[in-house]
Amino acid sequence: MGRTVAEVIRDTTRNHLTHNHGLFLGQCVTAVGWIGGTVPDMSEAEGIVELSLADVTNAGIAVGAALAGRRPIYTVRYQGFMWYNAAPIVNYAAKSKDVWGVPCPVFLRAIAMEGNGIGPVASASQHGLIMRMPGMPVCAPMSPNEWTEAWNWFMRHDDPLYVSEHRRSFTIDYEFENHIEPEADITLFPISAARLNAVEAAKTLRQEGIICNIQHLMWLKPFTVTDEMRGSLSRTKLGLVIDSDFEVGGPSRSMAYDLMHQSGAPVFALGLEDRSAGVAESLDNPTPTPERIVQVVRNLIRNGQRLAVGATRGGDQ
Amino acid sequence: MNYELEQRTPTFGLISDVANTFSKDYSLKLFTQICFNRFFEFEVKKAYDRGLMKLPIYLSVGQEHIPAAIASVFSDCLIFAQHRAHSVYLSFGGDPRQLIDELLGRPTGCARGMGGSASIHSPQIGMFGHSGLMGDQVPIAVGAALGANKPVLTVMGDASAEEDYIYGALGFAVTKKLPVLFVCEDNDLSILTRTPVRRSWTLCGLAQGLGLPAVDITDDPWLIAHHVKQFSLQLPAVINIRTCRGLWHAGSGCDGPPEWDRFTLIKDTMKTLGLGQDALAIESDTERTVQNLWAEQLRKS
Repeated sequence: MGRTVAEVIRDTTRNHLTHNHGLFLGQCVTAVGWIGGTVPDMSEAEGIVELSLADVTNAGIAVGAALAGRRPIYTVRYQGFMWYNAAPIVNYAAKSKDVWGVPCPVFLRAIAMEGNGIGPVASASQHGLIMRMPGMPVCAPMSPNEWTEAWNWFMRHDDPLYVSEHRRSFTIDYEFENHIEPEADITLFPISAARLNAVEAAKTLRQEGIICNIQHLMWLKPFTVTDEMRGSLSRTKLGLVIDSDFEVGGPSRSMAYDLMHQSGAPVFALGLEDRSAGVAESLDNPTPTPERIVQVVRNLIRNGQRLAVGATRGGDQ
Repeated sequence: MNYELEQRTPTFGLISDVANTFSKDYSLKLFTQICFNRFFEFEVKKAYDRGLMKLPIYLSVGQEHIPAAIASVFSDCLIFAQHRAHSVYLSFGGDPRQLIDELLGRPTGCARGMGGSASIHSPQIGMFGHSGLMGDQVPIAVGAALGANKPVLTVMGDASAEEDYIYGALGFAVTKKLPVLFVCEDNDLSILTRTPVRRSWTLCGLAQGLGLPAVDITDDPWLIAHHVKQFSLQLPAVINIRTCRGLWHAGSGCDGPPEWDRFTLIKDTMKTLGLGQDALAIESDTERTVQNLWAEQLRKS
């Protein structure tokens, strides 16, 4: 059995602080669960810096540390807090190289979570918030090798990197394989935690005779439509991007647009519903569940792909 | 109305005879830099008024002596300022030709034409550019101090001091004992809205509440240098400097005479120091030097 994502993050962080003169910055990182076991048991003198609860300030501090050459790992414990943290990141770190030719490499770990009554507080993925601004690549690794790929990319480049993590990935100790069959009915393009749900949904749909190709998406920006994606869409003539971020104005629709234009096949989008989540389980607004994905795919197949835009949003939309 | 906020006089916090605690050579160099900054800004104004610049400009006329005073006693630091920073750039040794080119939108400008007046920078002097978000240079400066472990200067205005993240930045700097000198060029104006209209508290009151050494003073350059020297040994610290913006927030217009004319007062002090004739010569020579520099740079295509 390989290492889990959490173990990879922890070991990589330890190595960065020990050998690269790196910094790790975050709020409440050395308490309780050490952010899902992703933080090494190291001291401030060794590079683990506890920040105050001033989110906007903290993002600025991370930017400053990056300008000083420390390649900080900046962790935002709840991805919803990016609404505070985004300003210094997109207005400075992401612009610095373009405007002044000065690199500002921040490795931004933004962690999504859902369930357990987190409700409207700060849940869900928010990678779309960063994707719409220039200057910062965005990825959503879910496996140990994917997280390592993100890290290696960061260390090879001098750009800031937004890493949309999901708590459900921390215990994963395996890799994802794209699933391609010649007679498939639809190509699914799941992102983040939606990848786990899409795999489950595909199993259910197969029992109904609906075959799903699955193209796992890790790099969200820049988003490259590969030959394999085009090939799969050319055969299935139908696609669905599934995301843990909001659907309306979000990454799933943006990427569906790219896939449609490059393949000619209709590609739909499915993400979080356009409403606030509630604490009660019945009022939550989580990553599209396997059941919801099954329902949407079923409708797309049975209705001959004639669903109107927005029809995949669930509820009464 | 907060009485403290209304403490705006050319003698506020002044230490008697403070200029005499500096050498004559120091005062001559300081005055030369002040003149350079001032006449540089006048040349920017001329070029702007001639329509040579198609961008917003933020002139430091009336405040040009503040960075000159700081740079005279606080060097080998990283610098984070915001708009109205031409004089910061020049005082710390930024290349004036590159600044002229930047203001003219040339690729040979200090930010290759990307920054304009508001977002100038110079890696050669450790000065980082500003993104345009008021005050965001302050937490970034604190982060740079954390990362670089060397002194950092950050300059803000009395309006950007109101951004909520300034509080967090001051708090983190004092908590971690980071070597940051926070300077507020307090011209009492957010565009045209006076400070007492916007808030009832003072930056120094906030800083002192957090446990930071802080002083609130008028903009006499010798007084500024005196406090910067003292604070440089006990960073982090805050200096709020009451000053007068001579021209508009953006652009080259003028709404009338400032509350006090610091440049004239500086020349009076030079006379008191027995340097009146030297000052006249420096003023004249520097004006000519700056004019020639601009003329030469404008001739380049």
